[in-house]
Amino acid sequence: MPDPHDHGDDHDHDHDHDHEHTPRSFQPDLEDQPQSDYQFLEVAVRELLIEKGVITPEGVRKAIEAMDARGPHQGAAIVARAWVDPAYKRRLLADGSAAARELGIEVGPMHLLVVENTPATHNMIVCTLCSCYPRMILGIPPLWYKSREYRSRAVREPRAVLDEFGTVLPEGVEVKVHDSTADMRYLVLPMRPAGSEGLSEAELAALVTRDSMIGVALPEAPRQAAAE
Amino acid sequence: MARFRPGERVAVLSADPPGHIRTPWYCRGKFGVVERLCGSFRNPESLAYGGDGEPKQPLYRVRFGQRALWPDYQGATIDTVEIEIYEHWLVPAREGADA
Repeated sequence: MPDPHDHGDDHDHDHDHDHEHTPRSFQPDLEDQPQSDYQFLEVAVRELLIEKGVITPEGVRKAIEAMDARGPHQGAAIVARAWVDPAYKRRLLADGSAAARELGIEVGPMHLLVVENTPATHNMIVCTLCSCYPRMILGIPPLWYKSREYRSRAVREPRAVLDEFGTVLPEGVEVKVHDSTADMRYLVLPMRPAGSEGLSEAELAALVTRDSMIGVALPEAPRQAAAE
Repeated sequence: MARFRPGERVAVLSADPPGHIRTPWYCRGKFGVVERLCGSFRNPESLAYGGDGEPKQPLYRVRFGQRALWPDYQGATIDTVEIEIYEHWLVPAREGADA
């Protein structure tokens, strides 16, 4: 059946308009979604703990602020240090958690495993079971990382996923997917971009994107120096 | 004591027990090679139900060729997937379900 709005005729549908129009529509507020049992449980437990003096409202706020302050800039600092300091890179690949702590980045009980991209191997991270992600290093995961589509296709057809992200790998490179199913958390150490030889550690860190540390993209190319 | 060594060929059990399982479906019954031992960790199949997760289980990263997981895999034959798998889900390759 053809689309009734694709007939090329003038619109003369007999719309009924005998109802009141809502004057404006609004984006629903967060609180307009149904609250789950766990949300009520969280409020109840939090208020009880505050009442009993176990925690304080300020402590809760600070903890949330600290969690939200984590982000890809931390992973980028780790990567940039590894690019400029071969000894640090060796320590990073041997024990990611300890090497992160060296830079003042606390990873908690998490075991950070750093996988290195080379001319022969490209690494890519997924958690097919849920959404395990190195939050202590990269912050809150992107929404697509948690999507069923990414979680299923990253292990099934990783090259098609890379294509869709605009990531083109040279011929002959092995695509190695890491399924983060248990107690390890992963950080991809991308290859240092060509043409970045003269850059400082801070300038290098600016090239390291979140997606390049998940392994669905490559770091930014350095901007061409102005022609002399 | 860890039962398997890096480089050893192993098979994943082709089992379907009820409950919280962290061995993905797509590698059950498949053959791979131990990439490394990650250490020993409390068993999530017990932790998920309020258990203490003891005894701890050795956890391995096992490397699978994509073609071993998906016979119709479209990418390069050298492509691989590495998956964290607890020891009680692994057997020596010669005892594998499909061997």
